[in-house]
Amino acid sequence: MFGFLWIVIALPFAGFLALAIFGGRIKKSAVAQVGVGATALSALWALCIGTRFLISPPAGYEYTQVLWSWVPVAPLMSVFSFRLDGLSLIMILVILIVASLILLYSSESMAHEEGYARFFAYMNLFVGCMLVLVLANDLLVLYLGWEGVGLCSYLLIGFHYKDPASIRASKKAFIVTRIGDVAFMIGLFLIVKNLGTLQVFGALQKASLLWPVGSPFPCAVSLLLLTGAIGKSAQVPLQVWLPDAMAGPTPVSALIHAATMVIAGVYLIARMHGLFLLSPAVMGMTACIGAATLLAAGCAALMQRDIKRVLAYSTISQIGYMFLALGVGAFSAAIFHFLVHAFFKSLLFLAAGVVIQSCNEEHDIFKMGGLRQTLPWAFWTFLIGSCSLSALPLVSAGFYSKDLIIFSVWSSTMGNGWLWLCAEAGALLTAVYSFRVVFIVFFGARRLISLKKTGLRTNLPLAILSFFALGAGFILLSVPQAVTGSFFSNILNAVFPAPALKNVAPGVSTLLHLISPAASIGGIIIAWVLFLKKPRIVQDLAQNPAGKILHTFFLEGLWFDRLYAFLFVRPFVWATGYMRRDPLVFYVKAIARSAESLHKALSLTQTGNVRWYAAGIALGAVIIMAIGVLL
Amino acid sequence: MTNIPMDAALVCASLLFVTGLAGVLARRNIIVVLLSIEIMLNAAGLAFIAAGSRWARPDGQIMFLFILAAAAAEGAVGLALVLRQNHSAKTIDIDAAGSMKG
Repeated sequence: MFGFLWIVIALPFAGFLALAIFGGRIKKSAVAQVGVGATALSALWALCIGTRFLISPPAGYEYTQVLWSWVPVAPLMSVFSFRLDGLSLIMILVILIVASLILLYSSESMAHEEGYARFFAYMNLFVGCMLVLVLANDLLVLYLGWEGVGLCSYLLIGFHYKDPASIRASKKAFIVTRIGDVAFMIGLFLIVKNLGTLQVFGALQKASLLWPVGSPFPCAVSLLLLTGAIGKSAQVPLQVWLPDAMAGPTPVSALIHAATMVIAGVYLIARMHGLFLLSPAVMGMTACIGAATLLAAGCAALMQRDIKRVLAYSTISQIGYMFLALGVGAFSAAIFHFLVHAFFKSLLFLAAGVVIQSCNEEHDIFKMGGLRQTLPWAFWTFLIGSCSLSALPLVSAGFYSKDLIIFSVWSSTMGNGWLWLCAEAGALLTAVYSFRVVFIVFFGARRLISLKKTGLRTNLPLAILSFFALGAGFILLSVPQAVTGSFFSNILNAVFPAPALKNVAPGVSTLLHLISPAASIGGIIIAWVLFLKKPRIVQDLAQNPAGKILHTFFLEGLWFDRLYAFLFVRPFVWATGYMRRDPLVFYVKAIARSAESLHKALSLTQTGNVRWYAAGIALGAVIIMAIGVLL
Repeated sequence: MTNIPMDAALVCASLLFVTGLAGVLARRNIIVVLLSIEIMLNAAGLAFIAAGSRWARPDGQIMFLFILAAAAAEGAVGLALVLRQNHSAKTIDIDAAGSMKG
C-alpha cells in the first residue's frame, strides 16, 4: 500500500495537466469536477495511507519510496525519492484536506471570474509541488518543490493579470522570496561539498558525526537554511511581500499564503532540525526572529483597515510563534501549531471571502458593520476562527497549540523569560486584533447591505473547517491518548528529539497555564471596550499627533517598505540611471548610428529612375572589370 | 575568303555595345530602349562568334544561339511591360516608370 505513495502526488499533477490542456474547451462544471476531484481523490488516498500508517506502522515509523535516479553526477547523486514519516504524513494530510475544502469553496466563489480553468490548473499544480516539497527525501527534490510553490504563488497572486497592483504584488513576492531562495541554494551547495550527499537523513547523520556542536560549518549551513526559511515564511526582515500578496483571490490567500506554502520555512527547519541542533547560536536567532516577528506583525495587524491584510499580518505573527517554538527546540509544538493554524486561518480567510463578496468586493472593515444578522454563516465561522486564533481557553484548538508553545518557551533549556514575555504579549495582541475585526465587521451599526446568498459548496467547507478549528486540539491531544495512545506525539516522537526541559515547579507551571488564558480573555475584553463599548478612546488616540504617527507607522507595516526603498530600490535605480551614460555605451551606439547614416545615404540612390539604374549597372560592370584587368 | 583579324571584330563588337548602351541611357522611348538592348546583345554575340572562329571551335556559335533565345524571351517580356505601362500610364516614356517608386 505504501508503494502507491506516488499516486498522492501524481493526482494533482494529472489534474493540472488535464486542465492546462483541455481547460479552455470544456464546460465550467467539468473544470470544477476535474480541479476539485483530482485533489480530493488525492486527499482520500492520503487518508487511506495515513490510516494504514497508524494501524500498522512501517519499521521505524518511516517508509522511503525510491522512484528514479535524477542527477547521477558524482558527488551530486540526487535520487528522486519520497519519504513518509510522522512529519510528512501530518503535512500531507493537512495540506490535502485544507486544499480540497478550499478548492470546493472556490468552485463556487470563483464561478464569476475570468480564467476559471486557469485558476484550478494553477491550484492543482501548487498542491502537487507542495506535496513534492514535504515528501522529498532528497534536498534537491525538496528544492524543486520549494521553487515550484514559489512559482505557483507568483502566478496566483498575479491571477488578475490586467490589474497593475496584482502584477506588482506578484513580482514583489517573487523577488523578495528569491533572496531567501538564493541563501537556501548556497546552503545546499555547502551540504553537497562538505557532506557529499543530499539525502536528508544521510546528510543529518553525517553532519552529527563530522561536526561537533557549535562548530562553524553547521552554523553557516543552518544560517543559510534559516534565511531561506525566513524568505518563504515571511518573517522579519523579509516579511514585506506577504501583506501585498493579498492582491490574489481569497482562496489563494487561504491556501497558499496562510495554510500551506508559507509554512514551508517551518517545515524546512523542522526537517533539518539535526543541523540546527548542532548550532545553538542559530537556534537562538530563530527564536529571536520568531519573537520579533510575532510582536511586529501583531502591532501591524492592529492598525490595518483591509480585512485581508489583518489576516495576512496575523499569519506572519502566527508563523512567528512557530519559529519561536522551533528556536527553543519544541519542534512538535511548532508542527502542532502549524496544523491548527492551517485550519483556523483558512477558515478565517474563507469567511472573510464571503464577507468581501457580499459587500461588493469591499475590503475596508470600517465600511462594513452589523453583518451579524445578514451573514450568519460568515459570522459564526469567523467567530470560531477568531476564537481559535486568539486561543480562547478550552473550547478552541488554537489554545492547546499556543499554550504548548508558550509553555515550552518557558520550560525549555533554550528558552528564557524574555522570549516568554514576548509570546505572552503576542497572545494578548492576537486576541485584541482578531476581535477588533469581529466587533467592527459584525457588530455595531449596519453600513453596507448585502444580498448575496451562499450555497452549499461555500457553507460545507466553512462548517468542516470550523469543526477542525474547534476540535483539532481535543482530537489530537486528549481523545486518542485515552483511546489509541496519543496519535500526535507517538508518530512525531519518532522524528524529533524531545525538547530539553528545565525543572518547573508545579506551582509555577499552574501559574503559567493560567497566564495564557488570562492574556487571551483580557485581549478580547480590551477589544470589546475599545472597538464596541467606547470607540471614543481610540478616536481620541488617533487624533493625537503622536498617535497619528504611530498609526501610520504600524499601518504601513513598520515602514519596512520605506526602509527598503531607501536602502536598496532607490540606489539601484540611481545606479542603473548612471550606467546608462557609460562611455562604453557611446561606442556601442556609434556603430548603430553609422549603420543608420549609411542606410540613409544609400537609400538616396533609389530614385525610381530606370535609366540611372542602367547607368549604375554599367558603371559597376566597368569597375569590376577594371579591377579584374588591373589586378 | 580572307580572315578578318579578331581585333577588328572585337573593336566592331565594342562599338556596337557602346552604341547600344548609349541608346539605353539616353533615349526615353521604351521601344528604342528595347532596340538598344538588342544591339548590346548582338554585340556580345559578335564577340562570341569572333572568339569561336579564332580558335576554330563551335562553342562561340552555340553560345550565340543561346543569346538569340534569351533575346527573344527578353523581347517578349519587355514588350508585354510596354503594353502594361501604355495601358496604365498612357505613355511609353521610360521615366514614367519612376512613378512606381515606393
